[in-house]
Amino acid sequence: MIEVKGLYKSFGDIKAVQGITFAADNGRITGLLGPNGAGKSTTLRVLYTVLKPDSGSAIIDGIDVVNDSLAARRRIGTLPHGAGLYPHLTARENIAYYAKLYEMPAHTIDEAVQTVIDQLDINDFADRRTKGFSQGQKTKVSLARSLVHGPQNIILDEPSNGLDVMATRSLRALIRQLRDAGKCVLFSSHVMQEVAALCDEIVIIAEGRVAIQDSADGIRNATGCDDLEDAFVKAIGMVGNTA
Amino acid sequence: MNTIRNVFVKEVTDNFRDRRTLMSALLMGPLFGPILFAFVINLSVKQSLSDSSEALDLPVIGREHAPNLIAFLESNNINIIDGPETREEAIAAVGNGDRDVVIVIPETFGKNLADMIPATVEVITDQANTQAERETRRATHALRDYAQELAVMRLSLRGVSPLVMRPLNIDEVDVSTPSGRSAILLGMLSYFFIFALLTGGMNLAIDATAGERERGSLEPLLCLPVKRDDLIFGKILAACLFMAISLSLSLTCFHFTLKFMPLQELGMTPNFGPMVVLAAFLLLVPFALVGASLMTLVASFTRSFKEAQTWVSVVLLAPTMPILVVSILMVRPSTALMFVPSLSQHLLLVGLIKNEPLDMLHVAVSVSGTLLVGGLLTWLCARLYRREGLLG
Repeated sequence: MIEVKGLYKSFGDIKAVQGITFAADNGRITGLLGPNGAGKSTTLRVLYTVLKPDSGSAIIDGIDVVNDSLAARRRIGTLPHGAGLYPHLTARENIAYYAKLYEMPAHTIDEAVQTVIDQLDINDFADRRTKGFSQGQKTKVSLARSLVHGPQNIILDEPSNGLDVMATRSLRALIRQLRDAGKCVLFSSHVMQEVAALCDEIVIIAEGRVAIQDSADGIRNATGCDDLEDAFVKAIGMVGNTA
Repeated sequence: MNTIRNVFVKEVTDNFRDRRTLMSALLMGPLFGPILFAFVINLSVKQSLSDSSEALDLPVIGREHAPNLIAFLESNNINIIDGPETREEAIAAVGNGDRDVVIVIPETFGKNLADMIPATVEVITDQANTQAERETRRATHALRDYAQELAVMRLSLRGVSPLVMRPLNIDEVDVSTPSGRSAILLGMLSYFFIFALLTGGMNLAIDATAGERERGSLEPLLCLPVKRDDLIFGKILAACLFMAISLSLSLTCFHFTLKFMPLQELGMTPNFGPMVVLAAFLLLVPFALVGASLMTLVASFTRSFKEAQTWVSVVLLAPTMPILVVSILMVRPSTALMFVPSLSQHLLLVGLIKNEPLDMLHVAVSVSGTLLVGGLLTWLCARLYRREGLLG
């Protein structure tokens, strides 16, 4: 369960996030949708505690990310934008390194690593050094390493970037799988179709503000557009008018 | 504590597989020093030995005109050899560099000498050829000595004291000692060790911020439920380990190669046995903390691995500055100087190699002072690692 309340964050003169409020429930896939530079990544970065908000708060499973960032980080698995691996370590070692840093008990690590390797179907290259991996392979390993400790909340920043059709499909299948296991999945994208295909709940963000939060059908109704893309454009326009 | 250990183990494994790190830590640092040092030593031995102990081969044209002069030259450790036949050939040979110097004695030499007319001797040389300079100087020196001898003889024959010719007696007193002469060479030696130490951990130090950021592995790392301080401590410790490895390899290398360097001929008898190697390691290794944290600190301000390499290379040179100043000013070790990292290591090492007893107070101040500076820099790194701007 992730709750974001009245989040503000500026970088110098640039107001990246101006009062974002939304909630992402357990057992649901929540998509953060918005054009480039809308404030999606900044919001997610505040959630996984590498940025501190100027004001407002974000709460993960009842833990404030500012006051107790260490505990909040234990409750999440994160795939930041463009996440990189250690090229001299094998995929398995990359995942195991994170398992150790999550302070999982030593005797459970090998098993947990094998479990995510099976789950993400990366056995074929699990014991190869990650230097020279394709983008799809890299994303899968990065995802595996952020899921190894079985987090309740999963935050993915543009996870399908650079993936081909097959890799995107298996990523979607995995995200649904996590939802069905009762996890809270929050991911960002600027691709309308992807969000429409996957999300139970859509949060449309533009210019650092939430334009609308609803299900896909709810958004179609609220904007009066049948086509979700039109609805997206209209919702973004609504922010522009109020600003 | 667990995190520090996990990060440390990962960094060590990772870097032992990185050819770039291995090259600089296990090859570049340890080998660069001994090779360059051997080169410089051999060069300076060659320079100083060729003064007068080595015979000079000198082609002389018209030696039949001056048998006494030839005998004098030969008694001055100059080998008279066959060379060009004529003056023109000699000029051509010197001009194109076949010969460094050729002496031409004209037919009139003997007659002029007998008539008390200044007899000409030509020294054909190329002033632009710096290599020939030393040989030319030796040849003209020997000719002047001969002229001096003749002058003395002529005066004596006329009942005039030869001392009339010497209104001044110029005596140069050279107080340089062999160990003093070797001070700059020894300064080089201790810098090589510090250089080897620093290059060993360079890649790791850069990787801690600039490398991780460029690879995109920094952000996911910071999302983990670990303290950032622990991450940076683990990384700095791993860099220290590689620096210590590089340092010990470099010391061992010198231990073996110094035996093959003609240091005695320079009046240096460096003491570099196994015990000195061990002591030198213990004296120098605290500097690893300063090096690792300083490099990490510098690298954390840069935007990319390449940029970091440029700036960190400056750090490689920084420890030379105090060593250079002290080598030139010939400063004696004092307790106050022991607070300066790199300088204190240099001074202690020079004393060690010169076989002087170690001042335990100096050692204590050097080790604790260096560790203190290192600790301070590490703390600064940790502070910087906590910044938001770290992600760039």
